[in-house]
Amino acid sequence: MNFGGSLPVAAALPAALAVEGVSHAYGARKALDDVSFAVEPATFAVLLGLNGAGKSTLFSIVTHLYASKAGAVRIFGYDVARESGAALAELGVVFQSRTLDLDLTVEQNMLYQGALHGIGRREALARSRELIGRVGLADRRHDRARHLSGGQMRRVEIARALLHAPRLVLLDEPTAGLDIKARADILALVRDLVVEDRVGVLWTTHLVDEVRPEDSVVVLHKGRVLASDSARAVMEAAGTASITAAFTKLTAGDGEEEA
Amino acid sequence: MSAVELRMRRPFGLGAYLVCLQGIVWRESLRFLHQRERFVSALVRPLVWLFIFAAGFRQTLGISIIPPYETYVLYDVYITPGLIAMIQLFNGMQSSLSMVYDREMGSMRMLLVSPAPRWFLLTSKLLAGVAVSILQVYAYLVIAYFWEIEPPSLWGYVTILPALVLSGLMLGALGMVLSSLIKQLENFAGVMNFVVFPMFFASSALYPLWRVQEGSPWLATVCAFNPFTYAVELIRFAFWGKVDPVSLAVVLGCTIVFLAAAVVAYDPARGMLMRRGG
Repeated sequence: MNFGGSLPVAAALPAALAVEGVSHAYGARKALDDVSFAVEPATFAVLLGLNGAGKSTLFSIVTHLYASKAGAVRIFGYDVARESGAALAELGVVFQSRTLDLDLTVEQNMLYQGALHGIGRREALARSRELIGRVGLADRRHDRARHLSGGQMRRVEIARALLHAPRLVLLDEPTAGLDIKARADILALVRDLVVEDRVGVLWTTHLVDEVRPEDSVVVLHKGRVLASDSARAVMEAAGTASITAAFTKLTAGDGEEEA
Repeated sequence: MSAVELRMRRPFGLGAYLVCLQGIVWRESLRFLHQRERFVSALVRPLVWLFIFAAGFRQTLGISIIPPYETYVLYDVYITPGLIAMIQLFNGMQSSLSMVYDREMGSMRMLLVSPAPRWFLLTSKLLAGVAVSILQVYAYLVIAYFWEIEPPSLWGYVTILPALVLSGLMLGALGMVLSSLIKQLENFAGVMNFVVFPMFFASSALYPLWRVQEGSPWLATVCAFNPFTYAVELIRFAFWGKVDPVSLAVVLGCTIVFLAAAVVAYDPARGMLMRRGG
Protein backbone atom coordinates (compact mmCIF):
# COMPACT_ATOMS: atom_id res chain seq x y z
CA MET A 1 0.00 0.00 0.00
CA ASN A 2 1.33 3.32 -0.90
CA PHE A 3 0.04 6.43 0.68
CA GLY A 4 2.95 8.46 -0.62
CA GLY A 5 2.81 11.76 -2.32
CA SER A 6 1.41 10.22 -5.45
CA LEU A 7 -2.15 10.88 -4.37
CA PRO A 8 -3.76 13.25 -6.78
CA VAL A 9 -4.28 16.64 -5.30
CA ALA A 10 -7.49 16.11 -3.44
CA ALA A 11 -10.14 16.44 -6.07
CA ALA A 12 -11.88 19.73 -5.61
CA LEU A 13 -14.39 19.33 -2.84
CA PRO A 14 -17.90 19.07 -4.11
CA ALA A 15 -19.84 22.30 -3.96
CA ALA A 16 -22.56 22.57 -1.35
CA LEU A 17 -24.95 23.09 -4.22
CA ALA A 18 -24.16 22.65 -7.89
CA VAL A 19 -26.81 23.49 -10.44
CA GLU A 20 -25.65 22.20 -13.80
CA GLY A 21 -27.38 23.20 -17.00
CA VAL A 22 -30.88 22.99 -15.61
CA SER A 23 -33.70 23.76 -18.01
CA HIS A 24 -37.37 23.48 -17.35
CA ALA A 25 -40.55 24.36 -19.16
CA TYR A 26 -44.24 24.36 -18.35
CA GLY A 27 -45.75 23.45 -21.67
CA ALA A 28 -44.36 25.94 -24.11
CA ARG A 29 -43.30 28.50 -21.54
CA LYS A 30 -39.66 28.22 -20.58
CA ALA A 31 -39.20 28.76 -16.87
CA LEU A 32 -35.50 27.93 -16.65
CA ASP A 33 -33.05 28.04 -19.50
CA ASP A 34 -29.70 26.31 -19.02
CA VAL A 35 -29.20 27.54 -15.47
CA SER A 36 -25.80 26.83 -13.92
CA PHE A 37 -24.20 28.09 -10.75
CA ALA A 38 -22.65 26.78 -7.56
CA VAL A 39 -22.79 27.57 -3.88
CA GLU A 40 -19.56 26.80 -2.03
CA PRO A 41 -19.66 25.28 1.45
CA ALA A 42 -19.86 27.78 4.30
CA THR A 43 -20.70 30.75 2.14
CA PHE A 44 -23.66 33.07 1.97
CA ALA A 45 -25.02 33.12 -1.56
CA VAL A 46 -27.92 35.23 -2.72
CA LEU A 47 -30.19 34.25 -5.57
CA LEU A 48 -31.51 37.54 -6.84
CA GLY A 49 -34.45 37.72 -9.14
CA LEU A 50 -37.67 39.56 -9.69
CA ASN A 51 -41.00 37.79 -9.36
CA GLY A 52 -41.37 35.37 -12.24
CA ALA A 53 -37.63 35.02 -12.75
CA GLY A 54 -37.86 31.26 -12.18
CA LYS A 55 -36.77 31.20 -8.55
CA SER A 56 -39.73 29.10 -7.40
CA THR A 57 -39.25 26.58 -10.17
CA LEU A 58 -35.57 26.29 -9.34
CA PHE A 59 -36.46 25.89 -5.69
CA SER A 60 -38.89 23.08 -6.47
CA ILE A 61 -36.29 21.26 -8.49
CA VAL A 62 -33.56 21.60 -5.87
CA THR A 63 -35.91 20.35 -3.15
CA HIS A 64 -36.88 17.36 -5.30
CA LEU A 65 -40.52 18.29 -5.59
CA TYR A 66 -40.23 17.64 -9.26
CA ALA A 67 -37.48 16.74 -11.66
CA SER A 68 -35.98 19.11 -14.17
CA LYS A 69 -36.42 18.39 -17.86
CA ALA A 70 -32.67 18.77 -18.45
CA GLY A 71 -29.54 19.18 -16.39
CA ALA A 72 -28.67 18.06 -12.87
CA VAL A 73 -28.63 19.38 -9.33
CA ARG A 74 -26.05 18.10 -6.87
CA ILE A 75 -25.88 18.68 -3.16
CA PHE A 76 -22.41 17.91 -1.83
CA GLY A 77 -21.94 15.76 -4.90
CA TYR A 78 -25.19 13.80 -4.50
CA ASP A 79 -27.51 13.99 -7.45
CA VAL A 80 -30.90 15.15 -6.18
CA ALA A 81 -32.79 13.09 -8.75
CA ARG A 82 -30.84 9.86 -8.43
CA GLU A 83 -29.45 9.88 -4.89
CA SER A 84 -32.22 11.92 -3.38
CA GLY A 85 -32.00 10.35 0.08
CA ALA A 86 -28.35 11.29 0.55
CA ALA A 87 -28.81 14.68 -1.09
CA LEU A 88 -31.86 15.65 0.98
CA ALA A 89 -30.16 14.57 4.21
CA GLU A 90 -27.65 17.39 3.64
CA LEU A 91 -30.34 19.93 2.92
CA GLY A 92 -32.38 22.16 5.21
CA VAL A 93 -35.19 24.21 3.73
CA VAL A 94 -37.17 27.26 4.76
CA PHE A 95 -40.08 27.60 2.38
CA GLN A 96 -41.58 30.91 1.46
CA SER A 97 -45.05 29.98 2.63
CA ARG A 98 -45.48 29.35 6.34
CA THR A 99 -45.15 25.66 6.96
CA LEU A 100 -45.45 25.36 10.73
CA ASP A 101 -48.40 23.42 12.09
CA LEU A 102 -50.20 26.27 13.79
CA ASP A 103 -52.06 24.07 16.26
CA LEU A 104 -48.91 22.35 17.43
CA THR A 105 -46.41 23.84 19.83
CA VAL A 106 -43.01 25.03 18.72
CA GLU A 107 -41.43 21.94 20.20
CA GLN A 108 -43.94 19.57 18.60
CA ASN A 109 -43.17 21.13 15.25
CA MET A 110 -39.51 20.48 15.84
CA LEU A 111 -40.09 16.87 16.88
CA TYR A 112 -42.13 16.22 13.76
CA GLN A 113 -39.28 17.52 11.64
CA GLY A 114 -36.89 15.28 13.56
CA ALA A 115 -39.09 12.28 12.86
CA LEU A 116 -39.14 13.08 9.14
CA HIS A 117 -35.38 12.81 9.25
CA GLY A 118 -35.42 9.63 11.30
CA ILE A 119 -34.17 11.35 14.46
CA GLY A 120 -35.63 9.82 17.59
CA ARG A 121 -37.52 11.76 20.19
CA ARG A 122 -34.81 12.13 22.80
CA GLU A 123 -32.15 13.33 20.42
CA ALA A 124 -34.57 15.60 18.58
CA LEU A 125 -35.68 17.11 21.87
CA ALA A 126 -32.13 17.94 22.89
CA ARG A 127 -31.32 19.37 19.48
CA SER A 128 -34.56 21.31 19.45
CA ARG A 129 -33.89 22.94 22.85
CA GLU A 130 -30.47 24.04 21.71
CA LEU A 131 -31.69 25.48 18.41
CA ILE A 132 -34.79 27.15 19.80
CA GLY A 133 -32.55 28.81 22.37
CA ARG A 134 -30.22 29.87 19.64
CA VAL A 135 -32.95 31.68 17.71
CA GLY A 136 -33.95 33.39 20.95
CA LEU A 137 -37.27 31.69 21.60
CA ALA A 138 -36.42 29.41 24.53
CA ASP A 139 -39.34 30.78 26.55
CA ARG A 140 -41.82 30.11 23.73
CA ARG A 141 -41.04 26.41 23.38
CA HIS A 142 -44.41 25.24 24.60
CA ASP A 143 -46.48 27.91 22.88
CA ARG A 144 -48.59 27.01 19.92
CA ALA A 145 -47.10 28.24 16.68
CA ARG A 146 -50.33 30.18 16.10
CA HIS A 147 -49.42 32.59 18.86
CA LEU A 148 -46.05 33.61 17.42
CA SER A 149 -45.39 36.73 15.37
CA GLY A 150 -44.34 36.47 11.73
CA GLY A 151 -40.70 37.03 12.58
CA GLN A 152 -40.78 34.48 15.38
CA MET A 153 -42.36 31.88 13.09
CA ARG A 154 -39.56 32.43 10.63
CA ARG A 155 -37.00 31.94 13.34
CA VAL A 156 -38.64 28.68 14.36
CA GLU A 157 -38.63 27.59 10.73
CA ILE A 158 -34.93 28.33 10.54
CA ALA A 159 -34.27 26.38 13.73
CA ARG A 160 -36.36 23.56 12.29
CA ALA A 161 -34.42 23.54 9.03
CA LEU A 162 -31.22 23.06 11.07
CA LEU A 163 -32.52 20.21 13.20
CA HIS A 164 -30.83 17.43 11.24
CA ALA A 165 -27.58 19.42 10.98
CA PRO A 166 -27.63 19.96 7.22
CA ARG A 167 -24.62 21.53 5.55
CA LEU A 168 -26.69 23.45 3.05
CA VAL A 169 -29.71 25.58 3.91
CA LEU A 170 -32.09 27.00 1.33
CA LEU A 171 -34.28 29.95 2.23
CA ASP A 172 -36.94 31.10 -0.19
CA GLU A 173 -37.76 34.79 0.32
CA PRO A 174 -37.42 34.36 4.08
CA THR A 175 -37.96 38.03 4.85
CA ALA A 176 -41.10 38.46 2.77
CA GLY A 177 -43.83 40.14 4.77
CA LEU A 178 -41.64 40.96 7.77
CA ASP A 179 -41.03 44.38 9.25
CA ILE A 180 -37.61 46.03 9.11
CA LYS A 181 -36.51 44.90 12.54
CA ALA A 182 -37.53 41.28 11.99
CA ARG A 183 -35.90 41.31 8.56
CA ALA A 184 -32.60 42.48 10.00
CA ASP A 185 -32.78 39.91 12.81
CA ILE A 186 -33.39 37.01 10.45
CA LEU A 187 -30.64 38.10 8.12
CA ALA A 188 -28.16 38.49 10.98
CA LEU A 189 -29.15 35.10 12.39
CA VAL A 190 -28.54 33.32 9.11
CA ARG A 191 -25.27 35.15 8.47
CA ASP A 192 -24.08 33.99 11.89
CA LEU A 193 -24.87 30.41 10.93
CA VAL A 194 -22.56 30.66 7.96
CA VAL A 195 -19.70 31.92 10.12
CA GLU A 196 -20.24 29.81 13.22
CA ASP A 197 -21.61 26.55 11.86
CA ARG A 198 -19.94 26.64 8.44
CA VAL A 199 -23.31 26.13 6.79
CA GLY A 200 -23.68 26.96 3.12
CA VAL A 201 -26.69 29.18 2.53
CA LEU A 202 -28.66 29.98 -0.58
CA TRP A 203 -30.84 32.97 0.18
CA THR A 204 -33.49 33.77 -2.39
CA THR A 205 -34.78 37.30 -2.55
CA HIS A 206 -35.80 40.17 -4.73
CA LEU A 207 -34.67 42.66 -2.09
CA VAL A 208 -31.31 43.85 -3.30
CA ASP A 209 -30.45 45.66 -0.08
CA GLU A 210 -29.98 42.30 1.65
CA VAL A 211 -26.79 41.70 -0.33
CA ARG A 212 -23.32 42.50 1.02
CA PRO A 213 -20.33 43.07 -1.25
CA GLU A 214 -18.58 39.88 -0.11
CA ASP A 215 -21.61 37.64 -0.74
CA SER A 216 -21.76 35.58 -3.85
CA VAL A 217 -24.65 36.56 -6.03
CA VAL A 218 -26.59 34.76 -8.73
CA VAL A 219 -28.76 37.05 -10.80
CA LEU A 220 -31.66 35.12 -12.32
CA HIS A 221 -33.84 36.86 -14.85
CA LYS A 222 -36.50 35.30 -17.05
CA GLY A 223 -35.12 31.86 -16.43
CA ARG A 224 -31.54 32.68 -17.28
CA VAL A 225 -28.48 33.39 -15.17
CA LEU A 226 -27.22 36.87 -16.03
CA ALA A 227 -24.41 36.94 -13.49
CA SER A 228 -22.87 34.56 -10.98
CA ASP A 229 -19.98 35.91 -8.98
CA SER A 230 -19.19 37.81 -5.81
CA ALA A 231 -21.37 40.86 -5.42
CA ARG A 232 -18.27 43.04 -5.72
CA ALA A 233 -17.27 41.45 -9.01
CA VAL A 234 -20.81 41.77 -10.34
CA MET A 235 -20.75 45.49 -9.56
CA GLU A 236 -17.38 45.91 -11.22
CA ALA A 237 -18.45 44.04 -14.32
CA ALA A 238 -21.56 46.15 -14.58
CA GLY A 239 -19.57 49.31 -13.90
CA THR A 240 -21.85 50.44 -11.13
CA ALA A 241 -21.26 51.61 -7.59
CA SER A 242 -24.01 49.61 -5.91
CA ILE A 243 -25.45 46.17 -6.31
CA THR A 244 -28.86 47.75 -6.74
CA ALA A 245 -27.67 49.69 -9.75
CA ALA A 246 -25.90 46.62 -11.12
CA PHE A 247 -29.06 44.55 -10.77
CA THR A 248 -31.18 47.19 -12.45
CA LYS A 249 -28.71 47.54 -15.28
CA LEU A 250 -28.41 43.79 -15.82
CA THR A 251 -32.10 43.11 -15.83
CA ALA A 252 -33.07 46.17 -17.86
CA GLY A 253 -30.83 45.34 -20.81
CA ASP A 254 -32.71 42.15 -21.34
CA GLY A 255 -36.16 43.59 -21.20
CA GLU A 256 -37.28 43.23 -24.79
CA GLU A 257 -37.24 39.47 -24.82
CA GLU A 258 -40.69 38.05 -24.32
CA ALA A 259 -42.09 34.62 -24.98
CA MET B 1 -9.85 8.63 -0.32
CA SER B 2 -10.19 12.34 -0.49
CA ALA B 3 -8.00 14.47 1.71
CA VAL B 4 -10.89 15.82 3.65
CA GLU B 5 -13.14 13.14 4.91
CA LEU B 6 -16.78 13.88 4.51
CA ARG B 7 -18.69 13.55 7.70
CA MET B 8 -20.52 10.26 7.61
CA ARG B 9 -24.26 10.53 7.47
CA ARG B 10 -26.27 8.06 9.43
CA PRO B 11 -27.95 5.82 6.89
CA PHE B 12 -31.72 5.75 6.82
CA GLY B 13 -32.01 2.40 8.57
CA LEU B 14 -34.94 0.45 9.91
CA GLY B 15 -35.00 2.49 13.12
CA ALA B 16 -35.19 5.72 11.17
CA TYR B 17 -38.11 4.39 9.13
CA LEU B 18 -39.98 3.54 12.30
CA VAL B 19 -39.27 6.93 13.84
CA CYS B 20 -40.48 8.57 10.65
CA LEU B 21 -43.71 6.56 10.46
CA GLN B 22 -44.40 7.10 14.14
CA GLY B 23 -43.81 10.85 13.80
CA ILE B 24 -46.20 11.18 10.87
CA VAL B 25 -48.97 9.26 12.64
CA TRP B 26 -48.36 11.22 15.85
CA ARG B 27 -48.61 14.56 14.07
CA GLU B 28 -51.80 13.57 12.22
CA SER B 29 -53.44 12.41 15.45
CA LEU B 30 -52.44 15.60 17.29
CA ARG B 31 -53.88 17.69 14.51
CA PHE B 32 -57.05 15.67 14.56
CA LEU B 33 -57.45 16.09 18.31
CA HIS B 34 -57.03 19.83 17.93
CA GLN B 35 -59.73 20.05 15.31
CA ARG B 36 -62.72 19.22 17.42
CA GLU B 37 -65.24 20.30 14.81
CA ARG B 38 -63.80 17.75 12.44
CA PHE B 39 -64.25 14.98 14.97
CA VAL B 40 -67.79 16.04 15.76
CA SER B 41 -68.86 16.30 12.14
CA ALA B 42 -67.22 12.97 11.35
CA LEU B 43 -69.38 11.48 14.05
CA VAL B 44 -72.59 13.37 13.43
CA ARG B 45 -72.79 12.37 9.77
CA PRO B 46 -73.24 8.61 10.26
CA LEU B 47 -75.36 9.19 13.34
CA VAL B 48 -77.82 11.27 11.34
CA TRP B 49 -78.09 8.37 8.93
CA LEU B 50 -78.50 5.92 11.74
CA PHE B 51 -80.98 7.81 13.90
CA ILE B 52 -83.08 9.36 11.15
CA PHE B 53 -82.67 7.54 7.88
CA ALA B 54 -82.43 4.02 9.27
CA ALA B 55 -85.19 4.63 11.79
CA GLY B 56 -87.46 5.78 9.01
CA PHE B 57 -86.69 2.83 6.79
CA ARG B 58 -86.82 0.27 9.53
CA GLN B 59 -90.38 -0.71 8.77
CA THR B 60 -90.31 -0.22 5.03
CA LEU B 61 -87.32 -2.33 4.31
CA GLY B 62 -87.20 -5.89 5.49
CA ILE B 63 -83.85 -7.53 5.17
CA SER B 64 -84.02 -11.21 4.51
CA ILE B 65 -81.44 -13.55 5.88
CA ILE B 66 -78.29 -13.08 3.83
CA PRO B 67 -74.73 -13.87 4.78
CA PRO B 68 -73.16 -13.11 7.16
CA TYR B 69 -76.40 -12.76 9.10
CA GLU B 70 -78.00 -15.93 10.38
CA THR B 71 -81.20 -14.34 11.64
CA TYR B 72 -83.33 -11.46 10.51
CA VAL B 73 -81.59 -8.23 11.36
CA LEU B 74 -82.93 -4.75 11.76
CA TYR B 75 -82.18 -2.23 9.09
CA ASP B 76 -80.04 -0.26 11.59
CA VAL B 77 -77.82 -3.27 11.92
CA TYR B 78 -77.70 -3.75 8.17
CA ILE B 79 -76.51 -0.26 7.34
CA THR B 80 -73.96 0.04 10.13
CA PRO B 81 -71.10 -1.45 8.07
CA GLY B 82 -72.06 0.90 5.25
CA LEU B 83 -71.94 3.86 7.60
CA ILE B 84 -68.58 2.74 8.95
CA ALA B 85 -67.24 2.55 5.42
CA MET B 86 -68.76 5.99 4.82
CA ILE B 87 -66.80 7.38 7.77
CA GLN B 88 -63.66 6.02 6.18
CA LEU B 89 -64.63 7.27 2.74
CA PHE B 90 -65.13 10.78 4.06
CA ASN B 91 -61.95 10.61 6.02
CA GLY B 92 -60.03 9.42 2.98
CA MET B 93 -61.42 12.23 0.83
CA GLN B 94 -60.88 14.78 3.56
CA SER B 95 -57.26 13.85 4.04
CA SER B 96 -56.76 13.91 0.30
CA LEU B 97 -58.13 17.43 0.23
CA SER B 98 -55.95 18.37 3.13
CA MET B 99 -53.07 17.13 1.01
CA VAL B 100 -54.08 19.52 -1.74
CA TYR B 101 -54.29 22.22 0.89
CA ASP B 102 -50.98 21.15 2.41
CA ARG B 103 -49.43 21.25 -0.99
CA GLU B 104 -50.41 24.85 -1.42
CA MET B 105 -49.41 25.71 2.11
CA GLY B 106 -46.10 23.98 1.88
CA SER B 107 -46.39 21.40 4.64
CA MET B 108 -46.69 18.74 1.97
CA ARG B 109 -43.38 20.01 0.64
CA MET B 110 -42.01 19.77 4.15
CA LEU B 111 -42.96 16.11 4.12
CA LEU B 112 -41.59 15.41 0.66
CA VAL B 113 -38.23 17.02 1.39
CA SER B 114 -37.52 14.29 3.94
CA PRO B 115 -34.74 11.94 2.86
CA ALA B 116 -36.98 8.91 3.30
CA PRO B 117 -38.17 7.38 0.01
CA ARG B 118 -41.30 8.98 -1.31
CA TRP B 119 -43.39 5.79 -1.43
CA PHE B 120 -42.65 5.38 2.26
CA LEU B 121 -43.67 8.95 3.09
CA LEU B 122 -46.92 8.60 1.19
CA THR B 123 -47.72 5.24 2.77
CA SER B 124 -46.99 6.65 6.22
CA LYS B 125 -49.25 9.60 5.55
CA LEU B 126 -51.90 7.14 4.44
CA LEU B 127 -51.53 5.02 7.57
CA ALA B 128 -51.82 8.16 9.67
CA GLY B 129 -55.13 8.95 7.99
CA VAL B 130 -56.30 5.38 8.55
CA ALA B 131 -55.44 5.60 12.25
CA VAL B 132 -57.58 8.72 12.53
CA SER B 133 -60.47 7.08 10.66
CA ILE B 134 -60.33 4.08 12.99
CA LEU B 135 -60.64 6.40 15.99
CA GLN B 136 -63.77 7.82 14.40
CA VAL B 137 -65.20 4.38 13.67
CA TYR B 138 -64.79 3.15 17.22
CA ALA B 139 -66.37 6.33 18.55
CA TYR B 140 -69.33 5.62 16.28
CA LEU B 141 -69.48 1.98 17.38
CA VAL B 142 -69.63 3.00 21.02
CA ILE B 143 -72.68 5.14 20.36
CA ALA B 144 -74.21 2.47 18.12
CA TYR B 145 -73.79 -0.02 20.94
CA PHE B 146 -76.19 1.97 23.05
CA TRP B 147 -78.59 1.96 20.10
CA GLU B 148 -78.47 -1.82 20.44
CA ILE B 149 -76.28 -2.41 17.43
CA GLU B 150 -73.77 -4.98 18.48
CA PRO B 151 -72.07 -7.95 16.90
CA PRO B 152 -73.13 -11.46 17.95
CA SER B 153 -69.92 -11.73 19.95
CA LEU B 154 -67.82 -8.97 21.47
CA TRP B 155 -64.97 -10.39 19.42
CA GLY B 156 -66.56 -8.57 16.51
CA TYR B 157 -64.98 -5.37 17.81
CA VAL B 158 -61.59 -7.02 17.42
CA THR B 159 -62.13 -8.87 14.16
CA ILE B 160 -63.39 -5.68 12.51
CA LEU B 161 -60.03 -4.00 13.07
CA PRO B 162 -58.00 -5.61 10.25
CA ALA B 163 -60.91 -5.00 7.88
CA LEU B 164 -60.90 -1.33 8.89
CA VAL B 165 -57.18 -1.03 8.28
CA LEU B 166 -57.51 -2.51 4.83
CA SER B 167 -60.59 -0.59 3.74
CA GLY B 168 -59.14 2.60 5.21
CA LEU B 169 -55.99 2.08 3.19
CA MET B 170 -57.96 1.49 0.00
CA LEU B 171 -60.13 4.58 0.39
CA GLY B 172 -57.21 6.72 1.57
CA ALA B 173 -55.08 5.67 -1.40
CA LEU B 174 -57.97 6.51 -3.70
CA GLY B 175 -58.17 9.93 -2.10
CA MET B 176 -54.44 10.36 -2.55
CA VAL B 177 -54.71 9.63 -6.25
CA LEU B 178 -57.52 12.17 -6.50
CA SER B 179 -55.49 14.73 -4.56
CA SER B 180 -52.83 14.64 -7.23
CA LEU B 181 -55.47 15.35 -9.86
CA ILE B 182 -57.36 18.12 -8.11
CA LYS B 183 -55.78 21.44 -8.85
CA GLN B 184 -57.78 23.72 -6.65
CA LEU B 185 -58.69 23.07 -3.10
CA GLU B 186 -62.16 24.59 -3.23
CA ASN B 187 -63.33 21.44 -4.86
CA PHE B 188 -64.85 19.51 -2.01
CA ALA B 189 -68.29 19.95 -3.54
CA GLY B 190 -66.99 18.39 -6.72
CA VAL B 191 -65.49 15.47 -4.85
CA MET B 192 -68.77 14.99 -2.99
CA ASN B 193 -70.83 14.97 -6.18
CA PHE B 194 -68.56 12.88 -8.33
CA VAL B 195 -66.92 10.55 -5.85
CA VAL B 196 -68.49 10.30 -2.42
CA PHE B 197 -72.19 10.18 -3.36
CA PRO B 198 -71.94 7.82 -6.34
CA MET B 199 -69.62 5.48 -4.47
CA PHE B 200 -71.84 5.43 -1.43
CA PHE B 201 -75.20 5.08 -3.13
CA ALA B 202 -74.12 2.65 -5.85
CA SER B 203 -72.98 0.09 -3.32
CA SER B 204 -74.32 -2.41 -0.86
CA ALA B 205 -74.09 0.14 1.95
CA LEU B 206 -77.80 1.00 2.08
CA TYR B 207 -79.45 -1.99 0.43
CA PRO B 208 -78.41 -5.57 -0.26
CA LEU B 209 -77.39 -6.22 -3.83
CA TRP B 210 -80.16 -8.77 -4.48
CA ARG B 211 -82.70 -6.03 -3.78
CA VAL B 212 -80.96 -3.69 -6.16
CA GLN B 213 -80.95 -6.48 -8.72
CA GLU B 214 -84.75 -6.69 -8.50
CA GLY B 215 -85.15 -2.98 -9.02
CA SER B 216 -82.50 -2.30 -11.59
CA PRO B 217 -80.14 -4.95 -12.96
CA TRP B 218 -78.11 -2.16 -14.50
CA LEU B 219 -77.48 -0.49 -11.14
CA ALA B 220 -76.65 -3.86 -9.61
CA THR B 221 -73.91 -4.26 -12.18
CA VAL B 222 -72.52 -0.86 -11.30
CA CYS B 223 -72.59 -1.79 -7.62
CA ALA B 224 -70.77 -5.01 -8.37
CA PHE B 225 -67.96 -3.03 -10.00
CA ASN B 226 -67.76 -0.48 -7.21
CA PRO B 227 -64.81 -1.20 -4.91
CA PHE B 228 -66.70 0.52 -2.10
CA THR B 229 -69.20 -2.34 -2.11
CA TYR B 230 -66.41 -4.75 -1.23
CA ALA B 231 -65.10 -2.49 1.51
CA VAL B 232 -68.60 -2.49 3.00
CA GLU B 233 -68.95 -6.26 2.73
CA LEU B 234 -65.48 -6.86 4.14
CA ILE B 235 -66.40 -4.77 7.17
CA ARG B 236 -69.85 -6.40 7.43
CA PHE B 237 -68.41 -9.91 7.54
CA ALA B 238 -65.56 -8.95 9.83
CA PHE B 239 -67.94 -7.34 12.32
CA TRP B 240 -69.78 -10.65 12.40
CA GLY B 241 -66.50 -12.47 12.93
CA LYS B 242 -66.30 -13.85 9.41
CA VAL B 243 -64.20 -13.41 6.31
CA ASP B 244 -65.58 -12.88 2.84
CA PRO B 245 -62.77 -14.03 0.54
CA VAL B 246 -64.04 -12.19 -2.54
CA SER B 247 -64.28 -8.86 -0.71
CA LEU B 248 -60.90 -9.41 0.84
CA ALA B 249 -59.31 -10.09 -2.53
CA VAL B 250 -60.97 -7.11 -4.21
CA VAL B 251 -60.12 -4.67 -1.44
CA LEU B 252 -56.55 -5.91 -1.25
CA GLY B 253 -56.15 -5.68 -5.02
CA CYS B 254 -57.65 -2.19 -5.22
CA THR B 255 -55.46 -1.00 -2.35
CA ILE B 256 -52.35 -2.09 -4.20
CA VAL B 257 -53.46 -0.53 -7.48
CA PHE B 258 -54.52 2.79 -5.91
CA LEU B 259 -51.38 3.00 -3.82
CA ALA B 260 -49.17 2.34 -6.83
CA ALA B 261 -51.05 5.02 -8.76
CA ALA B 262 -50.56 7.48 -5.90
CA VAL B 263 -46.82 6.82 -5.80
CA VAL B 264 -46.62 7.35 -9.54
CA ALA B 265 -48.67 10.54 -9.27
CA TYR B 266 -46.28 11.94 -6.67
CA ASP B 267 -43.15 10.83 -8.48
CA PRO B 268 -41.02 13.91 -9.15
CA ALA B 269 -40.25 12.93 -12.72
CA ARG B 270 -43.90 12.52 -13.75
CA GLY B 271 -44.60 16.07 -12.89
CA MET B 272 -48.13 15.72 -11.53
CA LEU B 273 -47.03 18.10 -8.80
CA MET B 274 -45.95 20.75 -11.21
CA ARG B 275 -47.98 23.83 -10.86
CA ARG B 276 -48.25 25.87 -13.97
CA GLY B 277 -46.42 29.09 -13.67
CA GLY B 278 -44.99 28.10 -10.25
